[in-house]
Amino acid sequence: MAKLRGTGIAAVNYPTGMNLGGDPSQALIHATTSGSFVVALSSTDLGQGLRTVIGQIAAETLGVAADEVVIDTADTDTGPHCMGTFASRATHRVGNAVKAAAEEARTALLEVAALELNAPVGGLVLDGFGNVLVAGDPGRCVRVAEVASKAQFEYGRTISGRGAYMKPKSPVDPETGAMDPDSTEAHACTIAEVEVDTETGQVAVLGIRSAYEVGRQVNPALVRGQIVGGAWMGMSHALYETTEPYYPNPDHKPKDFSEYVMPGPAELPEIDCVVLEVPSSTGPYGVKGVGEMTANSPIPAIVNAIYHACGVRVDDLPVTPEKILRGLEAKWATESAAAAGGR
Amino acid sequence: MGSRIVSFELCGREVEVLVSPMATLQSVLRSQLGYTGTKEGCRQGGCGSCTVLVDGEPMMSCLLPVEDVEGRRVTTIEGIAPVAGLAPIQQAFIEKNAFQCGYCTPGMVVLTKTLLDHHPSPSRDEIIDALGGNVCRCTGYAPIIEAIEAAAAGATTDAGRDAGDWPDPSGER
Ligand code: FES
Ligand code: FES
Repeated sequence: MAKLRGTGIAAVNYPTGMNLGGDPSQALIHATTSGSFVVALSSTDLGQGLRTVIGQIAAETLGVAADEVVIDTADTDTGPHCMGTFASRATHRVGNAVKAAAEEARTALLEVAALELNAPVGGLVLDGFGNVLVAGDPGRCVRVAEVASKAQFEYGRTISGRGAYMKPKSPVDPETGAMDPDSTEAHACTIAEVEVDTETGQVAVLGIRSAYEVGRQVNPALVRGQIVGGAWMGMSHALYETTEPYYPNPDHKPKDFSEYVMPGPAELPEIDCVVLEVPSSTGPYGVKGVGEMTANSPIPAIVNAIYHACGVRVDDLPVTPEKILRGLEAKWATESAAAAGGR
Repeated sequence: MGSRIVSFELCGREVEVLVSPMATLQSVLRSQLGYTGTKEGCRQGGCGSCTVLVDGEPMMSCLLPVEDVEGRRVTTIEGIAPVAGLAPIQQAFIEKNAFQCGYCTPGMVVLTKTLLDHHPSPSRDEIIDALGGNVCRCTGYAPIIEAIEAAAAGATTDAGRDAGDWPDPSGER
């Protein structure tokens, strides 16, 4: 009986979003009378940071401060359509829609500002701090808030924009099989280090270290949060979580939250990552996506590390102590049979 | 058994509330008193999202009949922050990005408060021990542990604030 260490590696190429036709997201933006901008979406923030990142993209495109942007994801019944937030798609798909809407709203804003400043639209710039300036003539400027207010109370105009993004359908060429299977791909590679206790079958994950290439990072802190949380979740899928431990036999199904097994802080390995940025040509400001993909490569990396440590290849998740002990027994039986046969 | 009136101290303020038999502190806080910071993950003691302090000790409010806090001192997440600004623990959670969906956060912050009250500079193992009953699905715990370490290193807890500073989410003040 021993504690055996092993190292495993796995990589993932992750196509952002769904890619076989469709996968639309849309956005509407309008300015309030106070000069803040409301971005209406049906795209849900479930903790991945969508509101923050989309707010950054909208603010960057509009040319206003991020705290002047309000992301309204209140109601999927009444908001512009979105396929949903999954498949690491939101920053890319929703970001593209919001960027388009913000460009239209920005033009509408500058048209009113041009009336106010008595200058051509093409000669105006936004300074990112809530002012519209006449380029080359810094004395002539007007507050965005004033433009927004005057648009509504003096000019009777809206400052608004519409945006949509949809990956075009890509039919398969019947002759060659060629098609365009994705809009962009993010990449990751994970090295996992484990220790297998051959007496109990327990696996301790010691380290999950990854390299990610996710296109331009809109918000590096949120990217790291996704990667660290995703590494833990990958470990959880690899070793712990299941609703059907003996499928199709229903025995030992977790009946409630308390019986559903997940690792806690005591099982936490050392998690580390480096992030590379190769901007995509299709994403807003070069983004790809880094959500769901973060739980992918840790799983095969851990399974490979277990094989490296103790020679047991388990191809059925989660890798429970029972499966490891059965695998070790089978391996030892084969080895001693071979030794007896060779004698 | 009919309804009865239970009175206790909630975040520095005396409250009296008419409750039905076996109502939990969690449901009374959320549904009757408007203190919705205390979350409701499982209602069976399995997640810690409902953690509150009773006389300074952490309790899962989903398992606690409200009658059991008669005459006692209850602190929820609403009582952790000063009226303006944030408690150092909350600031540390922000700086370490220690939440994503935020569902576990009120329980985690309340738990950290009592941990640091008892152990101003806890070891990593003591932190891990303290977190044993609180589940987080998003962060992988590492940022939460870092936030608790940072709050401890700042050596500041929000002890000593007088009761008049507690915020009152029901707006009655
Ligand atoms: S809601 Fe109380 S422990 Fe989950
Ligand atoms: S932040 Fe989502 S459960 Fe902890």
